[in-house]
Amino acid sequence: MRRFPIWSWVWFLIGLSYFFIPLISTFEFSLRMIKGRYTLEAYRVAFQDPRFYQSFGYSLLWAVVTIIISLLLVVPTAYWVQLKLPKARPYVEFITLMPFVVPAVVLTFGLVRLYGRPPLILTTTPAALIVGYVVLSLPYMYRSVDSGLRAVDIRTLTEAAQSLGAGWGTILKDVIFPNLRVALLSGIFLTFAIVMGEFTFAALMGWPAFGPYIEEIGAMRAYTPQAVSVMSFLITWGSIMLIQWVGRGARGQQVQLGGAR
Amino acid sequence: MAVERSPRADTGPRQDKGDAPSARPPRRPLSWAWVGVAPFFLFAILFLFLPSFSIFLRSFESLDHTFTFQNILDIFQKSDIRNAYKLSLQVSAVTAIGGAFFGFLLAYAVCMGGMPKSARSFLLTFSGVASNFAGVPLAFAFVATMGNAGLVTRIIENLTGFDIHAGGFTIYNFWGLSIVYMYFQFPLMVLIMAPALDGLRREWREACENLGGTTFHYWRYVALPILMPTLLGTSILLFGNAFGAYATAYAFTGSFLNLVPIVIGAQIQGDVLYNPGLGNAMALGMIVIMSLSMLIYMWSQRRAARWVR
Repeated sequence: MRRFPIWSWVWFLIGLSYFFIPLISTFEFSLRMIKGRYTLEAYRVAFQDPRFYQSFGYSLLWAVVTIIISLLLVVPTAYWVQLKLPKARPYVEFITLMPFVVPAVVLTFGLVRLYGRPPLILTTTPAALIVGYVVLSLPYMYRSVDSGLRAVDIRTLTEAAQSLGAGWGTILKDVIFPNLRVALLSGIFLTFAIVMGEFTFAALMGWPAFGPYIEEIGAMRAYTPQAVSVMSFLITWGSIMLIQWVGRGARGQQVQLGGAR
Repeated sequence: MAVERSPRADTGPRQDKGDAPSARPPRRPLSWAWVGVAPFFLFAILFLFLPSFSIFLRSFESLDHTFTFQNILDIFQKSDIRNAYKLSLQVSAVTAIGGAFFGFLLAYAVCMGGMPKSARSFLLTFSGVASNFAGVPLAFAFVATMGNAGLVTRIIENLTGFDIHAGGFTIYNFWGLSIVYMYFQFPLMVLIMAPALDGLRREWREACENLGGTTFHYWRYVALPILMPTLLGTSILLFGNAFGAYATAYAFTGSFLNLVPIVIGAQIQGDVLYNPGLGNAMALGMIVIMSLSMLIYMWSQRRAARWVR
């Protein structure tokens, strides 16, 4: 018999406390709006604010647009690199790692200064914001799609489809996409979680979004910001759970690492 | 983020001698296949490299639009800017080392410490969530935890009758922010260390024991040297992770703490430094530090890939 692993349990429990105490505290705090009682009043107040729905809706919109552009940019590129252009792999990987080299605040700085004046003005439209979000999503989207492509023999599948007379459209739609379903969903959910909680780009470029909204009510009220924080946590938690759920039993490595914001 | 290649993915032109000709890249120096990745590279040039390059160029621009090194020198000479870098580097270093240490212990506990399998999958799942839970909501969570009316603050007060905020103590300082950053730092370490620890083969330990080695010998001469690149690389990654963080710090301390990202953020909204070139130079400094940490990370990943397969 092995000894009871007491130190392992000690570290494990400290780790769990670090995870859960802030979450429990936030939840408890959000229930204390009416003195002396635990109520859901803070949530009621949060749901009454029309700007809650407005900023949430904007963030949803940014997230959907970002996901579409990111998919259009990453999937064909990763597929093409895997199939026809292995030489380009190091360069593509380098680019997808760039968001770790150029932090969001620095990229915002560069984008605002460069595209805030002629010849190409983007800062008056949400284009600059979406561009920032797409850059932010690149590492996660590319890693998901790439590991999905590696897990199936994409070359053989493509050649098999070609020899049966399929065109490129059919190959992508009926052969590649079904095999990439898990990888694509992982990338989509992770991008969704990141954009829904994003603060830096939206706040500094001055576009309405959920992140800046939470920060703004934090400066004005007590209790409601914590209630909204709980909801924001649930979005993150739900996205990661969905990634793990769609990826259960799938081959290939799952990508679920976010970065700091 | 790791840049390793799985053996299966080697689809280089050497291996496919029997393939259909259409699937083989033509052997011209610049093949038409590059057109397929053109949109991606165009996007990267327009929205990653051009903004970075413009930051680089404008770092050397003086107030009257002539070339100057003064902005770069100012980073080291102006005390408030030097202090911003010092503070950012300190927060990043402390949370990277702390996060790496604690994350390693946790990963070790669930991977090799004799814990049940369920503890491991639970910890990994939750690390995935926690490493993504950053920004404004995280800052508010810690305000609700250890702020003036936070749960932990009140529990300590009820138990000991001692208000931790009484003697001018505040959590909105260096250590408070470090505690907040740790929330997304150590889970990242757990997520990267767990597979690395799984890669330690049983045979290596047995070989060590057969040669008369003790547990100490095993860790000193076998396990730690193998894990070192991963440990070092991930610590560097955590360092960069904290160094670039803006939203968490902004929502937690407002502008009390003069971190580099906070100063750059203020510079975007209005020229608070009264010198656009200096703002660019600060941003350039951030890119340089992040690039260095990324290079060390990639180098260490290559070293780690020799053993962890």
